[in-house]
Amino acid sequence: MNAGGPDGTTAFLVNGRPVTVNAPPLRRLADALRDDLGLTGTKVGCNAGDCGACTVLLDGAQVCSCMVSLAQAAGRHVETVEGLAAKGRLNRLQRAFLRHGAAQCGACTPGMLVAATELLRASPRPRAAEVLDGLGGVLCRCTGYRKIVAAVLDAAGDAPQPLATPPAGAAVGARLAKLDGVPKLTGAERYGADAVPEDALWLRIVRSPHDSARVVLGNLMEDAARPGLERVLTAADVPYNRTGIYPDLRDQPVLAEGVVRYRGDPVVALVGTREAVTAVRDEDLPIRYEPLTPVHGLADARTLGAPLVHEETEGNKLVEGGVERGDAEAALADCAATARGRFETAFVEHAYIEPEAGWARRVGERVELFVSTQTPVMDRDTTAEVLGLAPTQVRIVPSACGGGFGGKLDVSIQPLAALAAWLTGAPVACVYERPESMMASPKRHPAVIEARMGCDAEGRLQAVDFDATFDTGAYASWGPTVAGRVPVHASGPYVVPHVSARGRAFYTNGPPAGAFRGFGVPQAAIVHEALMDDLAAQLGMDRLAFRLKNALRAGDATATGQVLEASAGLVPCLEALAPRWQRALEDAARVNADDGRVRRGVGISCMWYGIGNTALSNPSAMRITLDREGRLILYNGAVDIGQGSTTILAQICADALGVAADRIAQVIGDTDWTEDAGKTSASRQTFVSGKAAELAGAALRAAILREANAADDATLEFAGAQVVVRDGGRRVEIDLTRLKADAAGVVLEGTGRFDPPTTTLDARGQGSPYAAYAFGAQVAVVDVDTELGTVTPVRIHAAHDVGRAINPTQVEGQIEGGIAQGIGLALMEEYLPGKTENLHDYLIPTIGDVPEIEVIIVEDPEPLGPFGAKGVGEPGLVPTAPAILGAIRHATGVRVTQVPALPHRLRRALLEREARP
Amino acid sequence: MPEYLRPTALDDALAALSSRPLTVLAGGTDFYPARVGAPLDDDVLDITALQWMRTIEEHADHWRIPALATWTDIVEADLPPWFDGLKLAAREIGGRQVQNAGTLCGNLCNASPAADGVPVLLSLDAEVELASLERRETMPLAEFIRGNRQTALAPDQLMVAVRVPKPHAERARGHFLKLGARRYLVISIVMVAAALEADAAGRVVRAAVSVGACSPVARRLPALEQALAGRPCDAALGETVTDAHMAPLAPVDDARGSADYRLDAARTLTARTLAGLGSMM
Ligand SMILES: Cc1cc2nc3c(=O)[nH]c(=O)nc-3n(C[C@@H](O)[C@@H](O)[C@H](O)COP(=O)(O)OP(=O)(O)OC[C@H]3O[C@@H](n4cnc5c(N)ncnc54)[C@H](O)[C@@H]3O)c2cc1C
Ligand code: FES
Ligand code: FES
Repeated sequence: MNAGGPDGTTAFLVNGRPVTVNAPPLRRLADALRDDLGLTGTKVGCNAGDCGACTVLLDGAQVCSCMVSLAQAAGRHVETVEGLAAKGRLNRLQRAFLRHGAAQCGACTPGMLVAATELLRASPRPRAAEVLDGLGGVLCRCTGYRKIVAAVLDAAGDAPQPLATPPAGAAVGARLAKLDGVPKLTGAERYGADAVPEDALWLRIVRSPHDSARVVLGNLMEDAARPGLERVLTAADVPYNRTGIYPDLRDQPVLAEGVVRYRGDPVVALVGTREAVTAVRDEDLPIRYEPLTPVHGLADARTLGAPLVHEETEGNKLVEGGVERGDAEAALADCAATARGRFETAFVEHAYIEPEAGWARRVGERVELFVSTQTPVMDRDTTAEVLGLAPTQVRIVPSACGGGFGGKLDVSIQPLAALAAWLTGAPVACVYERPESMMASPKRHPAVIEARMGCDAEGRLQAVDFDATFDTGAYASWGPTVAGRVPVHASGPYVVPHVSARGRAFYTNGPPAGAFRGFGVPQAAIVHEALMDDLAAQLGMDRLAFRLKNALRAGDATATGQVLEASAGLVPCLEALAPRWQRALEDAARVNADDGRVRRGVGISCMWYGIGNTALSNPSAMRITLDREGRLILYNGAVDIGQGSTTILAQICADALGVAADRIAQVIGDTDWTEDAGKTSASRQTFVSGKAAELAGAALRAAILREANAADDATLEFAGAQVVVRDGGRRVEIDLTRLKADAAGVVLEGTGRFDPPTTTLDARGQGSPYAAYAFGAQVAVVDVDTELGTVTPVRIHAAHDVGRAINPTQVEGQIEGGIAQGIGLALMEEYLPGKTENLHDYLIPTIGDVPEIEVIIVEDPEPLGPFGAKGVGEPGLVPTAPAILGAIRHATGVRVTQVPALPHRLRRALLEREARP
Repeated sequence: MPEYLRPTALDDALAALSSRPLTVLAGGTDFYPARVGAPLDDDVLDITALQWMRTIEEHADHWRIPALATWTDIVEADLPPWFDGLKLAAREIGGRQVQNAGTLCGNLCNASPAADGVPVLLSLDAEVELASLERRETMPLAEFIRGNRQTALAPDQLMVAVRVPKPHAERARGHFLKLGARRYLVISIVMVAAALEADAAGRVVRAAVSVGACSPVARRLPALEQALAGRPCDAALGETVTDAHMAPLAPVDDARGSADYRLDAARTLTARTLAGLGSMM
């Protein structure tokens, strides 16, 4: 009665094909598929049933393959994402996903497709509610789900036409399907954990279970010794045991040096076979922790005589920044109406579906890393610094990235995997389990913000005083960037003559807080928008009209004294929303007329966001080559983390060059081959790298036209080893084989570099910190169950000025995905170390939590941007939480001052309000 | 190398259990999440190949839900309105994947304070059938679950089925409401189950109400049940509920909700469950 076949093997069918696996019967089916059968299309996001990325069909029923034992598959039929595309042709459902842009990073896509397959077999023309039920067990962190629902509904409809690639010159503005979309739909895409060589050693980091403790290590190799364990790395093995974002602030040890500063701080690293490093129990290692009094939260950190998280940092104060314009204090005293408030936010987890993963190998005197990242060049430099190598001795080859949102801007596995590979000579892989990913990765900064805002009797804003403190956790990470960006944005997208805004970040023994979509601006927006609602109420003005009156327009000066020269499209956003706002208000009045326990509310919120780094140079460079055989290759250093830069940059470059976008092949992010295109962060890739791609395309075009001696408006046709140039009536054929080629066969090339013009900020924070700003506004409609304190978003209208929508489908996808994260920020997400370290207890929105979204794209062209474009990666998230909070207030009268507005918090506030006379 | 047994006959399974300690594996939806990042080195008795253990059966005075019946099996079974609460609970467990694999018996054996199956089955006066090589016994569910993740299951025993006694009255119906902080894949902050039997005149002859996630083990609310007896079945049943009826509950603060809130929400949810059930009877 032992499981499986005679020799301990398990036989079953995978996608119609018989297979036999020789592995322990208790192995997770997901691991058997991935590691034993090489079917890595099935993803593992949590190993606990919480994310659904591993969904497969078992005899036609969807199950999480991370919770099925290999033995339970015996004799049954397992269907995976790899089985969907018959003979290499995408099926209807996959084509619908491609057409709708339903896959962004693609990490959830296999699970979504498989779940939808079960649904569509049972119900070929499902209703939307059935789609939600059918796909409810799969989480997506990128898309906001709306395009997934649309794709499933559409797959059931009539045979969809494949999306035609637009002709030369028409790519910008087209709803071009993702150029890297197909492998994300077939399971062929390679993420960080997908291409680990069979002979790799594995590395597992042992992390502190304490928030703050002294650590004493015993004789690790001796005590942990077991077959398969090759090495235990400690701080002593790390040549330069520090990492950090800023050259003058490398405060984070790679492995602990006698102290640990947060629950999750790396202590030692085990290197060996996968079985061996998993089998070692942390408790059995000779690591002694002597717990110290931890610093929890901002109040603790700022207490006089509080323990110092870093000995050398007095008062735990990491950094301080500010903007001073006019005299806010005096102006507030003169205001006809003033509002004030104190607001608190929590640690928020990125919760990308793909945990940190990758592997390294030593190649002679170099080390190469295949890794999921948002920032290959910084990874290269950090890894080189830690290993004591020159940057040229490290190569980063980015894997497909299953979501980042800022969390993959810090190194994770890179330095240790590289070090272990360097020392052992073997390839070394490291894949975080979900709890490790959540413990170790940086978070959104908890903030405590106190602010005042005032306007005159006509409703013109006069002054803002804004004081923000941020909990940056145990290490700086991107804390200084947050503290610097927030004061610039603190007064909102409004004309305010007098601004005093300060941002400070303090160390605590919490998880390091770093970059997270919006770099602190979403927290700030909660504050300025609540105060805007207060002022409108005091003046008896409509909330939208009040915002319109104060909206920044081209020609206005910002709080840093920067005069916006163009592309400040908040006004058209608000104008587009106005009729929807009116209807929503009327609808809410109708719903609330019967005085039921569920009350409907409508909220509105505005945002702005400076594109790119704050007051710092942040250049991108791109290169496109034409080789002897007529191949066009874009060397693109911008990693696509699902937001779509691979497609966007090709669209831009193609139109600048004059060729169809799908004719351009790309090499992406490989630091040996591409120029530095900076980080995929700060909504900068479309604007900055896009401009570089445009310049590169234009430069290659110019080079070709020179060869043909043709005029600027000539057309190009790439036909094999020939380029045909048509210039008026003239036709010139360039025979590429006759041009002089370099070693790689390249005959012509174009390069482009763009560094947005910004200035540093002076002592009062005055200057031009960004070259372009995105604007937007959202209206949220919610239902509040006043007896239970629960909030159900009903609808969101989102109008965003993106300058130019290079690809409207992708713009919508970014906004919808941002909105979903904004819903999480407002209503459910709170990371508590030791308590919500998995996706069971840490809740992100599911497919049933994101309501209908209407995206309205406003295009007020940005003269500096490629074809007028700015960025949209972060803006969608910023106004959502404040709009929802405004809607809660409209529904109930409760002004929420702490997010997330969990049911128990909101219910308490409702009861307190009732109790007030 | 750890053992992995996957018998097809119940007696083989029981024989194995009587000879050595083994971890029982059914749908795996509690088993695997408890072992993230840990070695899979348990000696396992996988019961999913056992035959005759999946189909829900009707007997003269009870229904029998066997060990391998999944949440989906329950949703799809042709059952009277007495089981409506159980079906509602089943539909809201995790997502489809968990419903397709996870079993009701596994939910009871795991005995989490937030297990949705427990309050529903308490409201139906369910009993569990336990079997070892030597003997079979039947025990009220209320006795089986002893505390937070503690049960009366002996190491050599399997739970082979849950028995739900048939109601006496012709008009009998169950209901269930769950409160979570998101739509899918959510563990209950509070959940309430109720079952009512009514006489021909439409008056409550027997009421059972239980609340989960507000104490280490879900609790029945006897004072409320007594207060309901004799009342007409309609939406006004919800108004019967008072704070005092919540006395058996002892909720705690955790990340999902404060103790105060749980108590408050339990009362609201109980009233809604009864109002809903009353109007459906
Ligand atoms: C993502 C996710 C969401 C979930 N959501 C919910 C939810 O909303 N509500 C809820 O109540 N639960 C929820 N659960 C838990 C639920 O799936 C389980 O409690 C399930 O019902 C357990 O059944 P199983 O067959 O999977 O048990 P297993 O995991 O196989 O076993 C569970 C335990 O019971 C023992 N066991 C199982 N069967 C027997 C038997 N016949 N005899 C003796 N011992 C046995 C096992 O040894 C083990 O200790 C969720 C789980 C996941 C992963
Ligand atoms: S990996 Fe299986 S559900 Fe997340
Ligand atoms: S596309 Fe769904 S998680 Fe990235």
